[in-house]
Amino acid sequence: MTPLSRGFRGRPRRDIDPARIPPGQYAVDDFPVLSAGPTPRTPTADWSFTVDGAIDAAASWRWEQFMALESETFTVDIHCVTKWSKLATSWTGVSIDTLLEGVETSAAYVTAWSDGGYTTNLPLADLTGGKAWVVHSFDGTPLEPEHGGPARLLVPHLYFWKSAKWVRGLRLTVDDEPGFWEAAGYHNRGDPWQEQRYWND
Amino acid sequence: METSHASTIVLDVEDWPGHIAGQHVDVRLTAQDGYQAQRSYSIASAPEDSRFALTVERIDDGEVSPYLVGELRVGDTFEVRGPIGGPFSWRVESGGPLLLVGGGSGLVPLMAMARHHAARRSEIDMRLLVSARSWEDVLYHEELSRQVRRDGVDVRFTLTREQPAGWGGFARRIDAEMLSAVGPKPSAKPAIFVCGPTPFVERAANLLVELGHRPQAIRAERFGPTGS
Repeated sequence: MTPLSRGFRGRPRRDIDPARIPPGQYAVDDFPVLSAGPTPRTPTADWSFTVDGAIDAAASWRWEQFMALESETFTVDIHCVTKWSKLATSWTGVSIDTLLEGVETSAAYVTAWSDGGYTTNLPLADLTGGKAWVVHSFDGTPLEPEHGGPARLLVPHLYFWKSAKWVRGLRLTVDDEPGFWEAAGYHNRGDPWQEQRYWND
Repeated sequence: METSHASTIVLDVEDWPGHIAGQHVDVRLTAQDGYQAQRSYSIASAPEDSRFALTVERIDDGEVSPYLVGELRVGDTFEVRGPIGGPFSWRVESGGPLLLVGGGSGLVPLMAMARHHAARRSEIDMRLLVSARSWEDVLYHEELSRQVRRDGVDVRFTLTREQPAGWGGFARRIDAEMLSAVGPKPSAKPAIFVCGPTPFVERAANLLVELGHRPQAIRAERFGPTGS
């Protein structure tokens, strides 16, 4: 039985389609920053993106090569486990489908790893089929370091900690290996529509 | 009330499993019409304290904090979930030395660590740098003044806007010189916890890295917008 909070009315409901706000979330207009450590600053001259792990041949792109890949600009809603959602955000980047093109693998999972030591794990199926990107621009301008620049993973259908900032590679794995937050009490998959915030959700 | 815009709320939580200093909880409020709002708040009390407490800063255009700071009365109930958070937590058994850097209400989880240190009568080298606009804006300032003398935590303050007459502490935004003066040196390999508004944490964490502290030893907790 949920206790009522005497005298709590909440904010006047905004003119937002409630179907776009997952349970327990609220819409923001600004863009909060959440990271567990200092913001890494990797010059693009030293940057590369690697796909390796349970595949026959690892693939790697330097910044210019990555930027030369076919890119997409798209608009999605994003949802952070700390309760904010930001609607209609515009990003530009390379689809994971493009990065995995031609890859044969027995792996069912992926660990995304980042500068600064951050990792997050996902089922491979959550990254393919037009559902995820490595993005380098937000709203038409290069992604700021605080928001994960030069490039971050973007998996908008899962809580935003899965969209690893400063991403440098995807490691395909046969077994599911919990990442930084997943090992620290946060849900292994993190579907905001099922409110999968913590381990026992 | 801790300051003109922040309050400490003492809670009696059924079946509370205990927590580690630095962790937070999710608070969920439910309105008469079923509307719910959730936010996260840091735990201010030490695990050893007999009273479980959150300190909440009122965000003027906020939805939950004005209720918790201004409307909540003794005897009211709401839902609390937790404790939450692993990396941003510390226990005496984790050792030191330790540098804690807090801006504004970012002091709350660091205070839990300082209180834990005091409750355990720890002799671990703990330094705490507190940044606030004025002395009145420093949460727990009376307790912290006592702590400098009594509990072996080296507490330093910087007041960025307004200082009392005869102020002997820092009086500027944090900078490299200040962080060096507070110490410990990078060669002592302190564990570092930084908490505050996003621009404050970005600045402090960047300065600490430039000073030679190991990035992986710096744990950060940011709140609010980018400010840009």
